[in-house]
Amino acid sequence: MTTIEFRKDLFADERDDNLNEIGKPKLRQDIVGHVTGRSPYYDDHLFEGLLHMRCVRSPHHHARIRAIDYTRAEAMPGVVRIVRPQDVPHNINTLLSLINFGRDDEALLQPDKVAYKGEPVAAVIATSERAARDAVAAITVDYEVLAHVLDLDAALAPDAPIVNETYPNNTFDYHERFDHQKLRFGDVDAAFAQADHIVEDSYQMSPIEQAPLETCGAIAAPETNDRYVCYTGTQALFFSLGTTAKLLDMASSRLHFIGGTVGGGFGGKVDSLHEPLAVLGAMLTGAPVKFCFDREEEMQVGAPRGAERWHIKDGVMNDGRIVARAFTGLFDAGAYTRLSSYAIVKATGHLPGPYTIPNIASNVYCVYTNRTPATAMRGFGITGVDFAIECHMDQVAERVGADPIELRLINAYRDGDMKAHRRSAKNTALIECCQVAAQKAQWALSPQMAALSSLQGGGEGWRAQIPATPTDAVGQIGERRRQTVPLEPGQHGAPAGQVPAGQAGETVHAAPPQREDMQVAPERIGHRTAATPGYPASPGPQRSTPVVPPAHAPAYASASPSPRGTPAAPATRTFASPTPQPPPPLQASPAPALQDLSLQRQPPPSSPSSSSPSSSPLRTTGYQPLPPYQPQPAHHRPAAGGPGTSASNAPAASTASTTPPSPAPSPPPSTASPPTAPSGDGPASDAYRPEQPFQRGVKRPGVSRFISGTRRR
Amino acid sequence: MAIHKGRGFACINYPIGMNLGGDPSQALVHSTPDGKFKVALSAIDLGQGMKSVTRQIAAETLGVPLDDVYVDTADSDTGPHDMGSFASRGTHRMGNAVIRAASEARQAMLEAAADELEVNASDLETDGRGAIHVKGAPSRSITVADTAIAAQFKQGRTLSGRGIFLIPPSEADPMTGEMTPVSCYAHAALVIDLEVDDETGVVTVTAINSAYEVGRALNPKLVEQQLVGGAWMGVSHALYETTEPYYPAREHGAEDFNHYLMPGPGEIVPHHIAVLERPAEDAPYGGKGPGEMCANPVLPAIANAVYNAVGVRCHQLPITPEKVLRGLRENGGARPQGRR
Repeated sequence: MTTIEFRKDLFADERDDNLNEIGKPKLRQDIVGHVTGRSPYYDDHLFEGLLHMRCVRSPHHHARIRAIDYTRAEAMPGVVRIVRPQDVPHNINTLLSLINFGRDDEALLQPDKVAYKGEPVAAVIATSERAARDAVAAITVDYEVLAHVLDLDAALAPDAPIVNETYPNNTFDYHERFDHQKLRFGDVDAAFAQADHIVEDSYQMSPIEQAPLETCGAIAAPETNDRYVCYTGTQALFFSLGTTAKLLDMASSRLHFIGGTVGGGFGGKVDSLHEPLAVLGAMLTGAPVKFCFDREEEMQVGAPRGAERWHIKDGVMNDGRIVARAFTGLFDAGAYTRLSSYAIVKATGHLPGPYTIPNIASNVYCVYTNRTPATAMRGFGITGVDFAIECHMDQVAERVGADPIELRLINAYRDGDMKAHRRSAKNTALIECCQVAAQKAQWALSPQMAALSSLQGGGEGWRAQIPATPTDAVGQIGERRRQTVPLEPGQHGAPAGQVPAGQAGETVHAAPPQREDMQVAPERIGHRTAATPGYPASPGPQRSTPVVPPAHAPAYASASPSPRGTPAAPATRTFASPTPQPPPPLQASPAPALQDLSLQRQPPPSSPSSSSPSSSPLRTTGYQPLPPYQPQPAHHRPAAGGPGTSASNAPAASTASTTPPSPAPSPPPSTASPPTAPSGDGPASDAYRPEQPFQRGVKRPGVSRFISGTRRR
Repeated sequence: MAIHKGRGFACINYPIGMNLGGDPSQALVHSTPDGKFKVALSAIDLGQGMKSVTRQIAAETLGVPLDDVYVDTADSDTGPHDMGSFASRGTHRMGNAVIRAASEARQAMLEAAADELEVNASDLETDGRGAIHVKGAPSRSITVADTAIAAQFKQGRTLSGRGIFLIPPSEADPMTGEMTPVSCYAHAALVIDLEVDDETGVVTVTAINSAYEVGRALNPKLVEQQLVGGAWMGVSHALYETTEPYYPAREHGAEDFNHYLMPGPGEIVPHHIAVLERPAEDAPYGGKGPGEMCANPVLPAIANAVYNAVGVRCHQLPITPEKVLRGLRENGGARPQGRR
């Protein structure tokens, strides 16, 4: 049984709950079609004379293709066309080339070396799926089997087989410089030396299948005027369209993609493997072609959520504060990049989880192995590391004798805390979630813990005492092929430089509305926003009543000329301070928020069982009404002009080379523009009158009989 | 041999939207001659309710009834560009694009109505039921339908709007990882109750008590569907699922649902949910995406609860009976860690 309650009492002052349509349990637009089984999915678009495509797949983890014998298959009944690698006009791609990230590394049909079991080397188009399967079985491939590597650590060894020639070190190249993405914030090594406890462990997630009911697939057919229509189950229509245009070397204006109703995706339908092959089949045969995974392919050839291995090392104080955390993350990308390179950056931006820890470091690697390429799945880049972090939090709690929830509350991030990716936290609600979940489960929290708030105390006291960051240049591209280099972050040799605490680069904000009319009236948006007439502005961090000026920079004592004293001590860690100063050493006296905090279990604060707003303990935690929202200048943030500026000028001048000042905000480079290429001037454009877009149900002049409608099986 | 009860906790936050390379979505809104609005997108409805939530957002922004709005997606000839439905970006990015498109269309609608009523557009408001009236004077009104007819056949105006919402690219710094990874975060915390059979190693989750913070529940039923389904997936990930049971070995991979294990309908865990709503400043009506984050806390909470029950820490997912039994053997039997 499921119950659900909406805690409208919490954050009530930040919302207008009296909107017309928003917040109402309205029926889905597509509910009737779904419950009557009439919603058209891609596979419902069956055409007369539909042909079926199947792939010839590698039985080996890693092998060179010597020769392929198609002769028997070509003579078989029902076989219409064999598709060879040389039939693919531009047979090399990487998905994220559409946003200019990474190098092309994967062929649609592999011409010379397979790098995972199941990799396609050719395809058969036949009049039935049966005939296509029989023909695939009749194609013989002469393989020279190569040594393969399946294990992450083995793939990183200096003598490991090269999985992917585009990345010959078995790791994705970051910034054309490192074999991993770094995160450096504060000084973990110094903090570990000061910590009362070190808690270390490793965690692993195995590959997981997205398991949609509808397997991945597409049906393509020639349209009039040299265009092709493609019905697809893709999760990303223009990603698939752009990828198809690139692989088939054709103007994107010749492609007409239709989708939008998908039988479950969960991340597994972004790889855009089916649309290019289906359209290619339609081009080669002049007939409609369907290409889809069967269930076995979906599970073993279709890209899974990749395996991840995480190592976490925490430095913890007796009072439960985590003062340092280092991650080493290995993502198993399989044989090709697909989207794994992106997940590493996403994971890095997520560390150290929803906690405020003044010293963080991580090295995260995108590693190639001879297995099915990994791709996105629900929680991509986050699920695996959250598993590691939250298991680790329990181990930390056990070590210091803390209640697991209270340990999280002690370390939970709050509005105004500086995050490890150097942006101020806002709109946080972890504390309240912990309190409410504990309350629902009747898991008693101490009164102090039940009284904490995300709105109070952030960016204050020890939470803002973040030392300057030593940087390093360990892990250059290719270094690991020559010698053993430690995977984990930390000082391995002389530091390359030092970066002051806090933000250096520009915060990226949403582009403002193009025209004033596109901006919703502030009184109609239902919550506090930057949307006031006469944009611009995304505001700085919103403050709750215990106001801390939005410019937090003064709090970074280590980099500030005051109050810590001389600029000569930029790297001094507050917890290493020999004399008690504000803030005092951690061991001596916890910060105000933690004073009198006992980690022993407290008796429950009366009955926590009631969830009614009036008796909720959360009700007493003092969400005070916020002052009316005041728009702030667009670039009102710590790095701009505040004391942080002087900090970066004075004591840490030596670090300038490592973080050059960011340029002024500018429009995104044209390379990042969406893959909606300008409409082509090809022969097809005559038939279309863009000023009169097609309406559903309108018969297009000269339209192919193939798109005369849909029919149900 | 005994059944041991265990309790585990985990909490998470979740980044909303794709970072790295720029993250745009576009929307177009236009009115038919009788005042019904069409929303053209290329967003994908995976079953999560993309069409429905954008429809509600468009109706709210336009100030017209839900029934007078229809979302048409995804046809690349008519729907403007969208990155896709992933990274918990759909509601946030596309929702904002729809707000902008619908705002422009609303402004055109109010101007057309103002001409008919001979007042200023800024003096008009919608009643959300199909009429536009002068603020403070509900009797001076015109229907949306009559406004559209007048705009179309008399004034020569189009009641339409364009919208784009873009989070520009943010590169990670090579040396420090500094970046603006996302615009807002959803949050969750939950308590898992389960039982471990120390004879068979089987783990049975018996209850979930959870709190999810989603910015705003734009449609409470769609949120509920996501949270219930996501928790199911979390249980499945924690205890059952993998394509490579002996990873990194590739043997024994499942090829169908007979061998790829997932809980059936009879194994859906009783789940008691609290939804918190702290609107994010740049999110559509404050709503964040609950889609991905809802599964995440379940995995570690189950692992923590198994340890609480029998003293076995399973650091490798999934937590199969085999792993539990090997852990029990290594420990010389169950070591319950005490009730919470």
